[in-house]
Amino acid sequence: MNGIFSSSIGKKLIMSISGLFLMVFLLVHLTVNLMLLVGNGEVFNQAAHFMATNPAIKIIEPVLAIGFIIHILYASIITLQNRKTRPIGYSKTSSNGVTSWASKNMYILGGTVLVFLVIHITNFYWKLKFGEVPSISVNNGLTQIDDTYSLVSGLFISYWWFDLIYVVGAIMLGFHLSHGFWSAFQTIGWNNKIWIKRLEVIAYIYAIIIAVGFSIIPLYFLILK
Amino acid sequence: MNIKLKIWRQPNAKSKGRFETYSLTDVSSDMSFLEMLDYLNNNLIREGKEPVAFEHDCREGICGSCGIYINGRAHGPQHRTTTCELRMREFKDGNTITVEPWRAAAFPVIKDLIVDRSPLDKIMQSGGFVTINAGAAQDANSILVNKKNADEAFDSASCIGCGACVAACKNSSAMLFIASKITHLAQFPQGQVETHQRVKAMVAKMDELGFGGCTNTRACEAECPKGISISNIAKLNREFFVAKLKE
Repeated sequence: MNGIFSSSIGKKLIMSISGLFLMVFLLVHLTVNLMLLVGNGEVFNQAAHFMATNPAIKIIEPVLAIGFIIHILYASIITLQNRKTRPIGYSKTSSNGVTSWASKNMYILGGTVLVFLVIHITNFYWKLKFGEVPSISVNNGLTQIDDTYSLVSGLFISYWWFDLIYVVGAIMLGFHLSHGFWSAFQTIGWNNKIWIKRLEVIAYIYAIIIAVGFSIIPLYFLILK
Repeated sequence: MNIKLKIWRQPNAKSKGRFETYSLTDVSSDMSFLEMLDYLNNNLIREGKEPVAFEHDCREGICGSCGIYINGRAHGPQHRTTTCELRMREFKDGNTITVEPWRAAAFPVIKDLIVDRSPLDKIMQSGGFVTINAGAAQDANSILVNKKNADEAFDSASCIGCGACVAACKNSSAMLFIASKITHLAQFPQGQVETHQRVKAMVAKMDELGFGGCTNTRACEAECPKGISISNIAKLNREFFVAKLKE
């Protein structure tokens, strides 16, 4: 293991594993969020309460934060190192027909997603953790839980431009994942001539699920509520 | 056909280069790109000017020396073709063609279109070989190799070390080059013995010499004149992690 993470391949392994971890998180996050579209918020409020109070989630939460930090930190280190490798650029560049736009712009796409993430955390997570959120009684009035549904629906119904930010954020994330998904497997070494085509297809499906899934939510409140 | 050429001119490694534009008339569409440059140089010599320096040797696509960045593509617009095999019929009459050397910190320009590709040799010297005496032809025939392995090794061994992968990669990474050597040698009993040592040494050398890391843009396989797949890089990564874990 000597010096594995100081090598260029080792640094990419960190990107790959942290990326895969974040991709699993996105699926869980999307599943819970899609409950916003069910009924009048009872299901989502229960789900949000379960996620906020579950001890397993409490343990995962700091791990998730570390996952984000590592992914962003190593992306910055790798990008800075790679930029030094071509001091004089080409005066003319043409498309080779293979390289995707997302693959060339992962750092910029990731940066955009980070800006969105900060807005997103300020909108919801911060308020739920440290702010005043109206509560709602459930279980025949025996338990009081945060009315997370009202917090989310209130934002999306009252401010159309937040809906726009969330849709743009989801699309940027989708582009990021369209390369990130198969790229993570390639970096680990789980790829070959046959699987590369399959992984690319799965990557696009995954990216579309995430981008469309997260976009539906603000659009649902904007259009239907 | 008549063409215009915008060519990078740089007298030596230390001087600052610049583009010069040349007009060339009566270019045959059957000329190879290098023959067209020969034709230009004949004209320049006749005019008492310094001819354009470019590297070339076999002119049949197997030596790897003629790497030039043409119109924003390594080895020009045609897929799986070295510059020497590229014909002028790929361009249109009246075209302006931009001709640049490989650009990478690891490949400094020596003169005009010639770059120093010796860092690839240094990577090879660090481990791209087998230390045993592999014997003569009859010895090779006495060691049985699975057909699948032999085919894969042959695909990887078709790397000519031209450096197009480095030139086309936005990170100037030599990963496809190393990956093809690792994959080639790891397919044979003679090469397998030293795979772990080899992969560690070659990757360390690549990092040391100022090549970048791989971000899986696939530009290398798109521009490789031999069409070497990035599946070789996946194998390199596997071999590298296994080698590091076994340390």
